[in-house]
Amino acid sequence: MDMILRSYGPLLLRAMGQTLLLALYGLFFACIIGLIVGMMSVLKNRVCRAVALVFVNLIRGVPMIVLAYMIYFGVPYLWNNVLGRSGLTFTALQAGSVCLALNCGAYMAEIIRAGIESVDVGQMEAGRSLGLPWWRTMQRIILPQAIRTMIPSIINQFIITLKDTSILSVIGFPELVNTAKNVVSKTFMSFQTWAIVGAMYLIVILLLQFAAKYLERRLKQ
Amino acid sequence: MSEERKVKVRICGLQKYFKTHTVLHVLNGINLEIMEGEVVVIIGPSGSGKSTLLRCINGLEELSGGDIIIDGHNISSKKVNMNKVRESVGMVFQHFNLFNNMNVLRNLMLAPVDLKKATKAEAEQNAMAMLERVGLADKAKAMPRQLSGGQKQRVAIARALCMKPDIMLFDEPTSALDPEMVGEVLEVMKELAREGMTMAVVTHEMGFAREVADRVIFMDGGRILEEGTPEQIFGNPQHQRTKDFLNKVL
Repeated sequence: MDMILRSYGPLLLRAMGQTLLLALYGLFFACIIGLIVGMMSVLKNRVCRAVALVFVNLIRGVPMIVLAYMIYFGVPYLWNNVLGRSGLTFTALQAGSVCLALNCGAYMAEIIRAGIESVDVGQMEAGRSLGLPWWRTMQRIILPQAIRTMIPSIINQFIITLKDTSILSVIGFPELVNTAKNVVSKTFMSFQTWAIVGAMYLIVILLLQFAAKYLERRLKQ
Repeated sequence: MSEERKVKVRICGLQKYFKTHTVLHVLNGINLEIMEGEVVVIIGPSGSGKSTLLRCINGLEELSGGDIIIDGHNISSKKVNMNKVRESVGMVFQHFNLFNNMNVLRNLMLAPVDLKKATKAEAEQNAMAMLERVGLADKAKAMPRQLSGGQKQRVAIARALCMKPDIMLFDEPTSALDPEMVGEVLEVMKELAREGMTMAVVTHEMGFAREVADRVIFMDGGRILEEGTPEQIFGNPQHQRTKDFLNKVL
């Protein structure tokens, strides 16, 4: 254990940094996707709702590892070899971020939709009856109330997504699991290495949960 | 209505269907005019379409057919800005629908400030005046959940009045209240009526209808069966359905 920490500690820490970077990119775009798709699924417009429904079900129905292979290998292959265009490649970070963003975005959309639907329809009607436009009522009245019920689920989703970054080791992104695999293959100390890696995830996630609890309490005033 | 009073709301051949698994025909050919300053009370059994009629006037329900013309604006036309129309049509709901995420004062100020009808200072002054009027000036900083039902409904009325509407719609404003709180809300509504506000009120409070209404409308099965002065409707109803209904509720 000692030897791993001394020789590979900095490497693993850097890998953790990569994991966090990937998660951050993924979550950032996931929030945007989630908000857009989530809003689409509560709109009156049938086309918007249908698009949102198809997106969510498609993403939820496909394992993320398949999505990752598809984006990293499949899409450039289709573009370059099948369609005969050229020059499309993704870095592992790009493909990984897109993959996380799509996956997490679909779940976020569901959380946001459920949060909005949990607010009494009378709130929207009251806003509209005063002459406020739909979007304005959403912003000022519905979303502030919905966000409170959404926070625990959003944090939960953040944690899942952070752990899901490990799946992206399959496309060669040098995040924590991928790096740890290399360490194990050099040292053969698999128990020690994985124990350290597990502890690193645990610490980061506990910190995240801690921050979330604080935020939740603040929002409840 | 021989005197030269302006028609505020004109409803012609209004149809409303709800399409769920079956088609529900809720309003079937409603024709109605509401004059400026008139108080129209709509009564009738539940499911007769009273609330839907009010919700149509405010554009909360899409019309399936017919026209509603408010102050010359045909709200069934796509060209009419419904938000603009709603600014002059206040609505009070059965379940108050105060904005739960803001205190009483901000509930009142939100729409006027957001729609640039008033500066913040003006809106606040106006809001306080309205709260004064409904007897709740001391509750300005309270959150909706801290108020009783009667207080909530009075705040809701004040909130609608802050937009300085020409017409006020009341959708069973006292039906969700404890009996001892009905009076305070009706009192505010009577005051409004005395001041000449054009009002359409759906209610089961027959005493209020008798006392305040210029005209009472009896609805059943999505149609207006009978209308007239309170004396006519309560004293000498023509239709058997009206008689049956009044016998049950009076």
